[in-house]
Formats: sequence, C-alpha cells, structure tokens
Amino acid sequence: MKVVGKVFKFGDNVDTDVIIPARYLNTSDANELAKHCMEDIDPTFANKVRRGDIIVAGENFGCGSSREHAPLAIKSCGAACVIARSFARIFFRNSINIGLAITECGDAADDAENGDEMSVDMASGEIVNVTKGKRYRTMPFPEEIQQIISRGGLMKAAK
Amino acid sequence: MGMTMSQKILAAHAGKESVKAGELLTASIDTVLGNDITTPVAVREFENAGLTSVFDKSKICIVLDHFVPNKDIKSAQQCKCCRTFANKFGIENFFDVGEMGIEHALLPEKGLVCAGELIIGADSHTCTYGALGAFSTGVGSTDMAYAMATGKTWFKVPSAIKVVLKNKPAKNVSGKDIILHLIGITGVDGALYKSLEFVGDGVKHLNMDERLTICNMAIEAGAKNGIFECDEVTERYMKDRCKRAPLRYKADADAEYERTVEIDLSALSPVVACPHLPSNVKAASGLSGIKIDQAVIGSCTNGRLTDMREAAKVFKGRHTAKGVRTIVIPATNEIYLDCVKEGLIEIFIRAGAVVSTPTCGPCLGGYMGILAENEKCIATTNRNFVGRMGHATSEIYLASPYVAACSAVNGFITDKAEGL
Repeated sequence: MKVVGKVFKFGDNVDTDVIIPARYLNTSDANELAKHCMEDIDPTFANKVRRGDIIVAGENFGCGSSREHAPLAIKSCGAACVIARSFARIFFRNSINIGLAITECGDAADDAENGDEMSVDMASGEIVNVTKGKRYRTMPFPEEIQQIISRGGLMKAAK
Repeated sequence: MGMTMSQKILAAHAGKESVKAGELLTASIDTVLGNDITTPVAVREFENAGLTSVFDKSKICIVLDHFVPNKDIKSAQQCKCCRTFANKFGIENFFDVGEMGIEHALLPEKGLVCAGELIIGADSHTCTYGALGAFSTGVGSTDMAYAMATGKTWFKVPSAIKVVLKNKPAKNVSGKDIILHLIGITGVDGALYKSLEFVGDGVKHLNMDERLTICNMAIEAGAKNGIFECDEVTERYMKDRCKRAPLRYKADADAEYERTVEIDLSALSPVVACPHLPSNVKAASGLSGIKIDQAVIGSCTNGRLTDMREAAKVFKGRHTAKGVRTIVIPATNEIYLDCVKEGLIEIFIRAGAVVSTPTCGPCLGGYMGILAENEKCIATTNRNFVGRMGHATSEIYLASPYVAACSAVNGFITDKAEGL
C-alpha cells in the first residue's frame, strides 16, 4: 500500500481527547466522528484535510483513552496515514486492528512541515518527503502484525 | 533470565514455560470488559464479522457507566445496543442502571477480577486491576469483539520498570499523590509499552483503594499495565468477594528491569498535576494563586470509600467557598450506600456539594459538570488534556480527594483547611 499526500503537522502527546472529544462519543458513526477530528487543537483540520493526506506528529501520538473512535475519525476524515516519533500503545493496536496505516519514524516526523508532500510505502517501509527531497527507512512490522493487516484486520480471523 | 510478575502471568495464559520482552504471543483471557462507549463499536465489529456466539458468557463484563443514566437520545441508543447484545448472548455480568457503578470500581468490588488473572477491557483504565495482582490492560473495541468471540488476544510481552515504594506515606499523602509523583518523574510516555511493577516495604501501608488509584493511572505514564504483588491486604480484600482462589506471582530475583525508580513515601507532600498533562506535577502548597470554579471528587481513579472519607474529613464542619461548584460522585451504589451509612452524604450536602449517582460523567466531559470558557476545575480524575472536561480553554488540575476538598472550601488550590 502506497500513500501520497500533503502533511498536517502536530506536536508531541496528541491525545485521543483532542483527536475526537468525548462530547461526540454518543455516536460511533464514522462520518459523524470525522467532522470533529482534531477539533480542539485545529478547528479547521476536518475541513482542510483531503483524501490521502498524511498526519505527522511527535512523541506518544494517540495517548489517553482506548476509544477506537480516534483512529476511526482519522481514517474516515480522509487521512491515509499517521507518521509519528512514537505512538501510545492502545492507539497503535487500534490502528492495526481497523486498518489505519501508521508508522514510527522520528527523522521523517522531525523534518516534515505543514504542506509538505510525502509518500509512504507500507510494504517496503520507505518514506519520501518529496518537497524536501529526503528519503527515510522504517522498521517493517513484525510478521504476526503484518498477517493481521494482510488478512484485512483482526476480525477477519475471528470466524 | 528471570521473569517479571507481568511476564509470568502472560506466560501462564499463553501456555508457555517462559517468555521474554518483545516476544509476540496469543493468550487466553479470564475476563473481557466493555462500557457504553466502546461496546457498541465492538458489537458492530462482532456482527459485521457474522459471529453468532461468544466464547464464555460468564467471562464477559459489560458496564454502562460513561453517559449513564442516559444523557441524551444518542447515548440512550448506545446503551440499548449494549443491552440488546447482552440479552441476546446471555451475558451474565451485564450492569445497567441500579446495578452499575464506574466499571473499574465495580469489577473489583464484585469480585469479578482476581490475583493472577489476565483481563482486557475496552477502556484505557482497565489497568486498574493490577492492584489485585492481575495482568490487566486496556485495548480497543475490535480487540474486545475478537476476545468476546475467541477468548483470546495477542500481546507483545512488555519489559518493565520497577517502582520501589519505601517507608510510610507522609501525612495527607495518598495513593493519588504517589502515582502523580511517579508520572512527574517518568513523563506521560516514560513507561510506554512497559509494565510498572510496584514493590517495596511502603506497599504494606497502602490499602486496596489506594493501590487501585495507583494502578488506575499507570496508563497516564504510557504503561501497558501496573501491578502490585498479591499480599495479605489483597487477600483480605478478595475474601468474601471473589469465588476464585487468588494466584500469587512474584518477580524472579534475576528478572530484568529497564529502570528502577525509588520513591520515599515519607518524603512526599500532596501534589497537583497542572494543565494540560498528567506529568505537569507541582506541590499543591505552591498553587494558592489559582482560583477554582469547580471541584469534582469521584471517577474510576478516586471514587472509592477511602476517597469519600478523605473528602468528608475536610468537608465536616466546613463549607464550599462561594463561587465554587462541588460535585461528589461515589463510584458505585455500594460505595454510595456506605457513604449514607457513615453519614458522609450529609456532610457533603451540608458543605454545599451535590452528590451524584455513579457515572463517569464529567471526567471525560460527558455531562454532570461540564466547564465553560476559561473555567478552572480541581478534580480527582485522571486526565487534564485540552478540552477533556468541557470548553477547549477550560483547565483541569488533578489532585487527591483531600486536596480537592481543601481547595473547594478555600476557593483556590491548597492542601490546607483551617483547623485541620
């Protein structure tokens, strides 16, 4: 899977309360959640983001609550991938389980700026910042995790 | 190489002699938990996958606690979805209004979690049950759906940080001060993917409520789980509650820890986590310039009987300061009833507080105490992120019930009350 899009840059410790505030958790409708994605740190984000765009952030992205609504909101607002220095562990699990592409790459996260064009190849682990002309390599997922992703998510294996 | 407590419990549930940090394994689950926010998403995943049975109807707990009693029509629909699912599959531990309490206070109280067990829950504060000597961790809704169907889940075996608690806590220092102090040291991602294992001679001075508070906030250091050794205090707590025999696990002498943090409990003082991270910890005594609009005493972190007693100690014979709204939320009906029997509810009401039925309510900005623009709240809850309790410009200060009550009667943040 290859993603090409424009960067939306955020800082460290982006928590699930700002990714999708709990006041909207009285629904799990993905389209409804998408409208409020990142609302409390960037009220314009949900309107500006286009299909295929890439969220880039610092340490501990997705910390806080276990709400799967957070990766769901990101996925359904159109963002195709999140690159961060590191991810909070429940957010990490949830993203794999629902098929949101995420990847840890400190250098790519540090260098990227708002509006940069980037591409991410999940299979090879190569990230390219087209605007800055830089290439990065990431560690591929362990085989067991790749199997969950290649089967199309965790629930495909439950039957 | 020896194993940590957490690693031993994972190994036992994966049918392995030994495991090591970083290894991926599939483990059998003793209990899987969900609430009214996360269960509907799990039910959708469960149904979309075409599943028609659960692995064990006695090992699934569904607790309606976040927006319950229903705060609006959408919340009511979500609860109805949980109720329909629970009825359809005969879920034995389904807790609705009248029986429910905040999940992480309710499950230990009902004896549904036990030392040595492996518990996952679609709620990040599921790490609370480590206080009983269990391996317990938060997951998402899809994980919940998968575990309800199969009784299994995948784990990456965590490495660990050893936290050595020494000596008897200083006066007015509670479990909340201990965990906030620790998060101040580690930062909000200092324990990312790791276990926090609490040991040391200071542990015996902490009652079960305080240990539950400490493990509850392990996630706020980024940890996968927090865990205490099962001791006499644990066994006394579980006796008469839990039908299953506790299994005691101790870390091997040569278990590997990435880091050891020592905390002298006798040297601590009451602390507060200032906006907007739980790691932004400062001495409560230095924050008297901060006026508050609201005080919330409750939540899965600090809504237990010990917490109610600590707050009542301050409110007895004192009144909430003018301009401060004080909201007290005992975490379960059993705790509420104990408060009634001990006369605590009268103390709260005479102090000018309101007492609510159990609910997560304001902690996550659901209802029952939402903050307006620029308002400040001292809360015994667990997160002070931007917008967590209401308006994006409001501020949350996290503290113990004692500090929250002292602040409520003074109108500003403090760890003192006149005559106490």
